[in-house]
Amino acid sequence: MFRVIKNLPPVLCKHLLQRSVHQENAILMFVQTKNLQTDSANERFSLKHEEVGRPLYFDAQATTPIDPRVLDAMLPYLVSYHGNPHSRTHAYGWESEAGVEKAREQVANLIGADPKEIIFTSGATESNNISVKGVAHFYAPRKKHIVTTQIEHKCVLDSCRALEGEGFKITYLPVGANGIICLQELEKALTPETSLVSIMTINNEIGVQQPVTEIGAICKSKKIFFHTDAAQAVGKIPLDVNSMYIDLMSISGHKIYGPKGVGALYIRRRPRVRVEPIQSGGGQERGMRSGTVPTPLVVGLGAACELAQREMAYDHAWMEKLANRFLDKIYTKLTHVIRNGDPKQTYPGCVNLSFAYVEGESLLMALKDVALSSGSACTSASLEPSYVLRAIGTDEDLAHSSIRFGLGRFTTIEEVDYTAEKTIRHVERLREMSPLWEMVQEGVDIKTIQWSQH
Amino acid sequence: MNMEKIRNAKIKLPIFLDYQSTTKVDPRVLEVMIPYFGEFSNAHSRSHSFGWTAEEAVEKARKHIADLVNADSKEIVFTSGATESNNMAIKGVAHFYKNKGNHIITVCTEHKCVLDSCRHLENEGFKVTYLSVKQNGIIDLLKLEEAITDKTILISVMMANNEIGVMQPVKEIGAMCRKHNIFFHTDAAQSFGKVPIDVNEMNIDLMSLSSHKIYGPMGIGALYVRRKNPRVRLTPLISGGGQERGMRSGTVPTPLAVGFGEAARIAKEEMEIEASKLEELRDILYNKIKEAFPDVVLNGDYENRIPGNLNLSFPYVEGESLIMAIKDLAVSSGSACTSASLEPSYVIRSLNNGHDLEHSSIRFGLGRFTTKDEVLYAADLVTKNVGRLREMSPLLEMVQEGIDLSTVKWDSH
Repeated sequence: MFRVIKNLPPVLCKHLLQRSVHQENAILMFVQTKNLQTDSANERFSLKHEEVGRPLYFDAQATTPIDPRVLDAMLPYLVSYHGNPHSRTHAYGWESEAGVEKAREQVANLIGADPKEIIFTSGATESNNISVKGVAHFYAPRKKHIVTTQIEHKCVLDSCRALEGEGFKITYLPVGANGIICLQELEKALTPETSLVSIMTINNEIGVQQPVTEIGAICKSKKIFFHTDAAQAVGKIPLDVNSMYIDLMSISGHKIYGPKGVGALYIRRRPRVRVEPIQSGGGQERGMRSGTVPTPLVVGLGAACELAQREMAYDHAWMEKLANRFLDKIYTKLTHVIRNGDPKQTYPGCVNLSFAYVEGESLLMALKDVALSSGSACTSASLEPSYVLRAIGTDEDLAHSSIRFGLGRFTTIEEVDYTAEKTIRHVERLREMSPLWEMVQEGVDIKTIQWSQH
Repeated sequence: MNMEKIRNAKIKLPIFLDYQSTTKVDPRVLEVMIPYFGEFSNAHSRSHSFGWTAEEAVEKARKHIADLVNADSKEIVFTSGATESNNMAIKGVAHFYKNKGNHIITVCTEHKCVLDSCRHLENEGFKVTYLSVKQNGIIDLLKLEEAITDKTILISVMMANNEIGVMQPVKEIGAMCRKHNIFFHTDAAQSFGKVPIDVNEMNIDLMSLSSHKIYGPMGIGALYVRRKNPRVRLTPLISGGGQERGMRSGTVPTPLAVGFGEAARIAKEEMEIEASKLEELRDILYNKIKEAFPDVVLNGDYENRIPGNLNLSFPYVEGESLIMAIKDLAVSSGSACTSASLEPSYVIRSLNNGHDLEHSSIRFGLGRFTTKDEVLYAADLVTKNVGRLREMSPLLEMVQEGIDLSTVKWDSH
């Protein structure tokens, strides 16, 4: 999808740029390597010539572009097979329904479930809401306690907070400095009142992977339902709802190269998990989620799942290769770089780094031609440091200097190299401008300084 | 028109006559949407230009939708569809204002998701009044006013019915709600983009909209929530990242929102021409059938209905067998949600047209891509098959022998 063109004469570059403006689909990236390697003092601090073309995409945890093969599968359902899948009286309905049921099977296959255990939703946010609120409400007369972690996605935390408002008790488990929960603490938190444990598989900001199988086993032994938000994990690492003892699992379409506006929820049938629906109505999706199932989107989700299953090993190896290459480059050139989250138990496509003595926002501004973020997209409007980083005990100033590099299926080696070089260059530039960095170089311990005001 | 001529007209069979269940995405809408499928765009990413472009597109779409109903774009909240919008409006207002009152008024011919949301609230202790309708499917305004108590917080009356297409007197209901200081919600999934709507003139406080009923993509809808005079607040159904002013969390699907917006823009431009075309086609179909069978019953008021809907009951003919017989037409006996059950539709039943007519109703839904040839073919096919089925009907025989069917005692239901 990307083409990186190096060493272009300026005239040609301008011409291509004009073309790319016309072709909105084609994303062209022009790299004038000359500027990056110049050593003259003036040029080093200059931000001139840097904003050319559209940015590279390094925000794969916020959303992924749709895979062209997914779009291919969807288009017939946007053009020809346009019936309502719930219409039982004519062929338009039947063919749509067949498309939906095939997709259900594709989703189920990816996580080792039965197609009947998959219900389609509008996305992972809805799936998480149905799981947390639905289980809590259904089992409320007897059990009014839920266990989750401090680094869950905002929609899980917010659902829990809404339940707290209704009188439920919630335990927010802390995580270690590596971002992973302590299983003993989980076990201690469980009471006979506990109806649900909700712990995400892979964190959306720091990429750490929780010990899902172990958590599942603990829940099973205590007969407590286990929900995992696997929006960032499905299709990226092998998941099996049976061997991992998962009772409910949230799945997102647009994080796995599928369309936006669709997701799924796995709900175990044996032992049967029951939820109180959020959306009442026509009784579609076995009564758990009413509303017309959007055929083209669901078909897209199914196709994305099938692709992910087929290419998971390849994709994962590619992510590892790119991430290692990126980190090698950064670590060899820069000191005082901290990787947030456990370096081993992690998804390689999510690299969250803190660059000490550099303000994250300034670095983001300087890296304008690379689409990056400092954390979750939902909260990217606020300048507050992320609650996830705070939960793993990152210093306030380090939390302010963190950037998430999200790699995806379509990221290329050239893009990784470009981003790494550019990051190095700007971190060095910003550090040279920083008085703190100067003091550190001179051997002053910043922590001992008494600041006169905050 | 004879069959030969029809064959020459190159009609694609089966003919889609179920436009109230869903509509095909307009090619012009698809064209605008497609580029956004290839984008890396999360409209909530604030730190890079992909996010900004997506946000811009979403806001433009929001404006198109708002313009069609004379609202402010800040009052449009994107949802996953009309079902969610209805749930959000009814449960959201009920939960937020539960200290103010616990009574809700709705109508027994509402869409299933409105009725189900109300039933859910009844379990939580709310009181719900289900108004009945007159034989033409329209509510009695006097009965509505009688039902209002000082505990009433919400009145939810749909603008156009999904099965029989009748339009409720929304403007009068809105005025009444304003007079009594009650919030007014209307499910406009079937009327949005098809008849002129003005939320201010009609005093609408909340309104549910659907994209796939107006030639936009499936999987997106919207809820209009009034911001001023009075401001409506609601408890969200879906908590999370706080998108859509905190009322509906979750990533807004850019391509779908863009498609919905474009569909609204096209609808605004072509509403008038399309309505008159659909009315003409509908009348051709109705008159042809009526000519052959003068005793055919039109379900719902003739004057107050959306242009593309025709719901007919054929006496002495079983609806299911007729649908089977006219396989070349994709029609339904009622709502798609409930089309799996053989029960007669609760909407038709509430019209009180008589038990034998309930089972014989068929909904013909006409839309943007319906042609005159298709309608003529449909009329031909229907009259032929109704005639054939009637000849086989023991009921008609009895009537012809002079037996009054309403006096007959049936063995079982």
